[in-house]
Amino acid sequence: MAKRIVVDPITRIEGHLRAEVIVGDDGVVQDAFVASTLWRGLEVIAKGRDPRNLPLMMQRICGVCTYSHYLKSTMAVENALGIKIPYNAELVRTLMNAALFLHDHPVHFYHLHGVDWVDITSALKADEEKASKLAFKYTPNPIGTGANDLKKVKETITKFASHPQGLGPFANAYWGHSTYKMSPEQNLIALSHYLKALEMQRMAAQMMAVFGGKQPHPQSLVVGGITSVMDILDPSRMGEYMVKFQKMADFVTNAYHADIKMAAEVYATEGSVVKPVGVKNFMAYKDFMVGPDEYLFDSGYILNGDISKVFDIDEELITEEATHSWYENDGALHPYDGETSPKYTGFKDGQTVGPDGAMIDTKIVDENAKYSWIKAPRYDGKPMEVGPLACLLVSYVRGNKIVQDTVNKFLKDTGLPVAALFTTLGRTAARMLQAQIIADNAMKAFNNLVQNLKVDQETCATYTIDKNKEYKGRGMGDVPRGMLSHWIRIKNGVCENYQAVVPSTWNASPKDAQGQHGPYEADLIGLKIADLSKPLEIIRIIHSYDPCIACAVHVMDTKGNKLSEYKVDPLYSSCSE
Amino acid sequence: MEDRRDIMMSMFKANGANAETNKDDKYYKQLKNDLDARVKQLEKLPAMHDVSLKETLKNEGINRRDFMKWATAACAMLSLPAGFVPTVAKAAELADRLPIIWLHMAECTGCSESLLRSANPSIDSLIFDHISLEYHETLMAASGWQAEQNLENAMHKYKGKYVLMVEGGIPMNNQGEFLTIGGHGKKGVEIANAAANDAAAIFAIGTCSSFGGVQAAAPNPTGAVSMSEATGKNVINVPGCPPSEKNIVGTLLHFLLYGTLPALDAYNRPQWAYKRRVHDQCERRGHFDAGEFVEQYGDHGAKEGYCLYKVGCKGPYTFNNCSKNKFNQGTSWPIQAGFGCMGCSEPDFWDTMGVVGEPLKDRLYHTTFGGLGADATADKIGMGVLTLTAVGIAAHATIAAIKPPKE
Repeated sequence: MAKRIVVDPITRIEGHLRAEVIVGDDGVVQDAFVASTLWRGLEVIAKGRDPRNLPLMMQRICGVCTYSHYLKSTMAVENALGIKIPYNAELVRTLMNAALFLHDHPVHFYHLHGVDWVDITSALKADEEKASKLAFKYTPNPIGTGANDLKKVKETITKFASHPQGLGPFANAYWGHSTYKMSPEQNLIALSHYLKALEMQRMAAQMMAVFGGKQPHPQSLVVGGITSVMDILDPSRMGEYMVKFQKMADFVTNAYHADIKMAAEVYATEGSVVKPVGVKNFMAYKDFMVGPDEYLFDSGYILNGDISKVFDIDEELITEEATHSWYENDGALHPYDGETSPKYTGFKDGQTVGPDGAMIDTKIVDENAKYSWIKAPRYDGKPMEVGPLACLLVSYVRGNKIVQDTVNKFLKDTGLPVAALFTTLGRTAARMLQAQIIADNAMKAFNNLVQNLKVDQETCATYTIDKNKEYKGRGMGDVPRGMLSHWIRIKNGVCENYQAVVPSTWNASPKDAQGQHGPYEADLIGLKIADLSKPLEIIRIIHSYDPCIACAVHVMDTKGNKLSEYKVDPLYSSCSE
Repeated sequence: MEDRRDIMMSMFKANGANAETNKDDKYYKQLKNDLDARVKQLEKLPAMHDVSLKETLKNEGINRRDFMKWATAACAMLSLPAGFVPTVAKAAELADRLPIIWLHMAECTGCSESLLRSANPSIDSLIFDHISLEYHETLMAASGWQAEQNLENAMHKYKGKYVLMVEGGIPMNNQGEFLTIGGHGKKGVEIANAAANDAAAIFAIGTCSSFGGVQAAAPNPTGAVSMSEATGKNVINVPGCPPSEKNIVGTLLHFLLYGTLPALDAYNRPQWAYKRRVHDQCERRGHFDAGEFVEQYGDHGAKEGYCLYKVGCKGPYTFNNCSKNKFNQGTSWPIQAGFGCMGCSEPDFWDTMGVVGEPLKDRLYHTTFGGLGADATADKIGMGVLTLTAVGIAAHATIAAIKPPKE
């Protein structure tokens, strides 16, 4: 008989997320439901505030992608007010963005996603001499994999593991699971990088702080530009950024990239990670300005996994609906026409597989009714995946040379077919490749900044907000988790309406009125689970999207009636009302 | 060098070299005895790690002298005289005697991220690594039932002994249904209360759990409140968005040393960290006193590092030690980055601190002060008199008189 599994809390993510799947006797998932279990309501709070304050406030949507919401919110206000920010400010923002990506992607792989691929307990059995040699297979310049280094790592973890109370945050995980595929030596190499990455991420955060004042929650962007003008005019500060960037780029190339190649080698035959993705539509928006009109990534969308065609995004076709979300109005509406207020219906009583494999009484979602705080965004009625994989696919099909070369080289190095991109493994690899592209190319922005500062030291544009005028605008781009847009309408000098359409909402969306699942759910369907009480396969797929659930929820949920008394045409930033 | 340092140490250790001169030797002697006794008690408790902090420090290439230097700084931070350095050092080494449970409520994970940022390797972060973190959703490997088991086991096993650290506000509207965690769909407020009931001490980490935070900003649609309000317990607030790792580790260290709550201000913030205004020890303070202000972001003054008061720095109204400690291992802080302080460690700062880019006048949003008191004074300053040094200082003294941290 089909059984239900509930995983709540899904740990090692940002926010509060629950997954439920129904599994047949063959261990294959027949249906899946993903729910966010927290609502904070930031967009309701935004209403009536001075637009200059909103970027800092929207930044608090998330402390992990900490800079993304700050940047897009600032851009939205600038777009509304018709402000063109100085070239220097554009470039500094890109450098801060590079710091974010080079921080966020490695942290995601090693500290949040890594133990889905790496069995720490297996690393204890490794032969460090053998592992040290093996590391050269994946890069000519390995990091932290000398036999002595590895011996030290092993000793540290052995001590840790042998103590009954000592496993701390590593306790009670799915160690020894049959879908862990790396050899003890490979696990040890990755484990060494797990520890090294803890150190590296601190440095990447410093990179952000050089121009941002601090990280998390940097504080140097204002509407009109940037404030850290002293830092960019100080050669020692610029040097500090450059050196840290180079070290981080080296880590991405010789640890992160190498480890993904290693994972690709052994996981290429593991069914649960090379199962084709459930939603084959991908959407991305151009970002990473490194020079005048020069962006590292492109805009567009592709459908049904067909990489022979890429389409231009028509923002009018974006809708959100709440058939299965805890809001009053179910209808599929453009983000600006939303009229939803919270309507929590909670869980129902049911039975699920407990920690010991036996069925236990618990709470389950009512999948035929409302079951998540996340709404269902759709493009032209279709679910879309956003994120690094979408970003690379769109840029690839657009003919972006840098992206094509990087992706092609990876496929050649690993021997993987193009089809392997459309899998969990492909998604995890794409995140690394995006970091690699940034590591290889973002310093163009740095060099352009140095050149420009010789003749121009402007960092902030001036502007006025006319209280008698109405404004509207948006900030859009691709952030570490995918396509993000913030939308604002200003009236009487204050925020009249605020919307954020966030990557994790696209990816973690529940079913829509047509019964179409969002990407997380669709990916889980058809998945074979080896041990029902230890659903590592579920966790791995969900983590491959790098969920940011606090983000996903504030997004869509907050369109109360009063927020949507007017319509906004997102294609034009002038006021049409 | 070492001789010189020892001479300095002996000077500081001499009788009369107390941190607060209005407390006599007898007071400090008694305090020293109390703290030593407390540390001896801790020592008797079982260690939770095989690897001692001493070994960890050694592995990270930190020698005893560096560690003692850190302990000296920690002593100063906690307003203890230098004679207490060995006691502080010992207490830090015993940090793994305290099991810690870290809960996530309505939050953005920025506070957890802040902890991850600490160190390269800094002793503060190593101490944090050294404590026994029994439950932490962002860091732990276990998920689902297994994660819940970890929480239940820790609460049961260390009943009455664990330190509870909470990140995030607690939504209370509609019986708390805006947050549920776990297979049984328990509400955030239920989990917070259950964990609080059996905790030896509760620390609210960050402004959200201290005061409700961003989700509690008007109109507070989820009814988010602080940990102390949700549980009715005595909570030590360590606010900031996010707070620095030094303030988090310092609070823990204080608890290790005293076994009681530190001296707190009116908002239950430890005085050792939140006693002084950001403004008091600001690196741009000289420019304030000289009447040199940034008038507009990016102007000549901005390039010269002038005072940011006129572009909205809230340092004069904000009690925290950022100006001393900075962020990301001293890389920078918002005032160095030319932005100014946003007041993030003050209650309801989203509603009371006015507009980014402007001093506390011209507010468009209502405030809890109703534009009275410190704000009104600041408005007048912002209107133009501030450029006169003498008036500036006098006005600052007025602000101090109106809004002191209650002791």
